[in-house]
Amino acid sequence: MSNQIQYRYQKDNLTKSEPNKFKESELKSEEFVINMGPQHPSTHGVLRLEVLTEGETIKDVVPHLGYLHRCFEKHAESLPYNQIIPYVDRMDYLAAMNSEHAYAMGVERMLGITDKIPKRVEYIRVLVAELNRIASHFVAVGTYAMDIGAFTPFFWMMRDREHIMRMLEWASGARMLYNYIWIGGLFYDLPVGFEQRCKELVTYLRPKIKELEQLVVENKIFVERTANVGVLPLDLAINYGVTGPMLRGSGLRYDLRKVDGYSVYPELEFEVPIGEGKMGAVGDCWDRTYVRVLEIEQSLKIIEQCLDQLTGDHKRTKEFDPQALVPKKIRPAKQDLYVRAENPKGELGYFFRTDGKSDMPFRCKARSCCFVNLSVISEISKGGMIADLVAIFGSIDIVLGEVDR
Amino acid sequence: MTFDQIKDKIASKFPGAITAIDENATPKALMVAADKLSEVCAFLYKDEDLYFDMLSCLTGIDNGEEANTMEVAYNLSSIPFEHAIMLKVELPRAKPVIPSVAEIWKTANWHEREAFDLLGIQFEGHPDLRRILLPTDWEGHPLRKDYQHQDKYRGIKVEY
Repeated sequence: MSNQIQYRYQKDNLTKSEPNKFKESELKSEEFVINMGPQHPSTHGVLRLEVLTEGETIKDVVPHLGYLHRCFEKHAESLPYNQIIPYVDRMDYLAAMNSEHAYAMGVERMLGITDKIPKRVEYIRVLVAELNRIASHFVAVGTYAMDIGAFTPFFWMMRDREHIMRMLEWASGARMLYNYIWIGGLFYDLPVGFEQRCKELVTYLRPKIKELEQLVVENKIFVERTANVGVLPLDLAINYGVTGPMLRGSGLRYDLRKVDGYSVYPELEFEVPIGEGKMGAVGDCWDRTYVRVLEIEQSLKIIEQCLDQLTGDHKRTKEFDPQALVPKKIRPAKQDLYVRAENPKGELGYFFRTDGKSDMPFRCKARSCCFVNLSVISEISKGGMIADLVAIFGSIDIVLGEVDR
Repeated sequence: MTFDQIKDKIASKFPGAITAIDENATPKALMVAADKLSEVCAFLYKDEDLYFDMLSCLTGIDNGEEANTMEVAYNLSSIPFEHAIMLKVELPRAKPVIPSVAEIWKTANWHEREAFDLLGIQFEGHPDLRRILLPTDWEGHPLRKDYQHQDKYRGIKVEY
């Protein structure tokens, strides 16, 4: 019995568990439904798109989610606050540091210890988060270029991302899922020599951005595939709650690092790049990609400033203990709290409800930027060509781990 | 605009809509009566001084059998004015029905589907209220506090 296959194929498995929105019997004779995914390489994981077409034109796109649903919110209700951090890592696995940072900030606000966190801890948090932001944008641009037919950029981006992964592995012990930023502090201080190596990494990466610009965003084939495709007007973007590079690509200078000014971001100098429609309309796929490339440059600028602080005013001392403020027991008072932070992909928010009696959240909801950004896909791909769907979809830059949680 | 100004503005326009205030919440919260929600939200969205153009988050909460209520929390923010507010609506647990705001903020469409999927809250007037994360033939709403999962789903044991 133990070797028996649990799952038996039945014809109605697919139709009953995830039925199409468009019924075949109700379609007009010129309409046709094409299924894309869940095992499609350009869906970046497991996402199913139901595409209603008329000839080569897209009439509607219906995303079917949930293939990677891992019950984050249910798990969070039965775990102490510090043990939720590994689950948070696994939501957006390409930018785990950023998700951890947002989560730790939320719990610290509930405990009221935000002001007590040492400056060195904050600078290290921002440093690793920005490193991870660059890594995430590298994957975004690299895989996007691969989606629309260019293979080289993907390898080049992965090569450069590898250096960042190794730096973060050196700091935290893990390559992707770090559990490094803790509530009230950090797992470890930076390893000795990290600052120096990080400076070298910045000098290594600077020319690579130029290279990336020439290889991808200024490439004629790339421009022709992405310019004027999937144009997202600003009012529509805001109404759909779209955030991050997508919103900035549509021309709004809105970055929570500036707007909310959390952590030490107010002390750092950086610019917020926006899409200006250099190659086509404002808010097209090209603009979104270009914003990401420009953001990498700004992140490098932030990293340099953090390193200056970490080797200057807030340098390593023998007495410094990054875990000094980590609470032994985390029991916030009864309250509701919504915290948000700027992730590489947009606004990541957590809604907490605590009852003041237990060490576990009563309700913990993650407002995922990918989930919200994805919901706009049917609006921006309507009326486009089937061949452009992959280009539009890739430019949204989603991670299915965060869409489904 | 400060929280008090926003509160006064809503209170003078819709007397009786605000049932309670929660200053302990971050951002500060207003409890709104369920039957006034659509009007209040439309006002918050359209008014030139308030202009809450962004619905950041919509959360469904089950308060458990003891309290016997469910809640929906709306986190609104205004991009030009940079103010934020939380609205909370309390619903009876036996029949959680609430008007949908998906017509005002399109973001709410998927968020409401999620709240329906995981908590079984019915959003009246929602254009397309289907399950979003779980399969259509899943039984029950997992984030309810009294949720009991089914033994088998399509021949697969649910308990692992």
